[in-house]
Amino acid sequence: MELIIDRWLHVLAGITWIGLLYYFNFVQAVAMPKIKADGNAAAVTKHIAPLALRWFRFAALVTWLTGAYYLERSGIGLVNAFLLKGTAAPIGLGAWLGTIMFLNVWGIIWPNQKKVLGLVEATDEQKAKAGRLAFLASRTNTMLSIPMLFFMITSTSAHGLPKIF
Amino acid sequence: MKNPLDSIVGTIISGLVLTVVLYFFTTNFLMKAALG
Repeated sequence: MELIIDRWLHVLAGITWIGLLYYFNFVQAVAMPKIKADGNAAAVTKHIAPLALRWFRFAALVTWLTGAYYLERSGIGLVNAFLLKGTAAPIGLGAWLGTIMFLNVWGIIWPNQKKVLGLVEATDEQKAKAGRLAFLASRTNTMLSIPMLFFMITSTSAHGLPKIF
Repeated sequence: MKNPLDSIVGTIISGLVLTVVLYFFTTNFLMKAALG
């Protein structure tokens, strides 16, 4: 039962994380130049983005922790997965991609977004540099989410899925 | 050369290409020993 609840939480948190990632990339980043031109940038930078980023990074944390717990307790083994051993290789690859994305969120996107949003002191030049770095890290995560989700959903043959590994 | 990550289409295509590459890497190298 514990594994079912853990897996359920993993998917719930994962949807929240990746859903917000796609919102940032497919909606906010595209609409921002027009919002700035209309003089409404503060609504996004002061109210929407900080709240969305809070849900985003904590959803990433919960997704990673519940995923790691599942790997360890389900019989796959956390070490086997991360060492890409035998039949654990496909889910292990998904776990590696998810881990890189998680580290990107907490190590690159969030520290740089804090500068962009004015939550920490930064010069205009530092803000521009931080914005570009956060943008590229976010786009990298969007790119990595495609194979990550592929390996997450295909490494099990549940629900009548054909085995491809 | 333009960075593919600067466009949404480039990002999605890069992700799809990476998926195919990693799939063949997994089945042909990582899984070979396990599958026999």
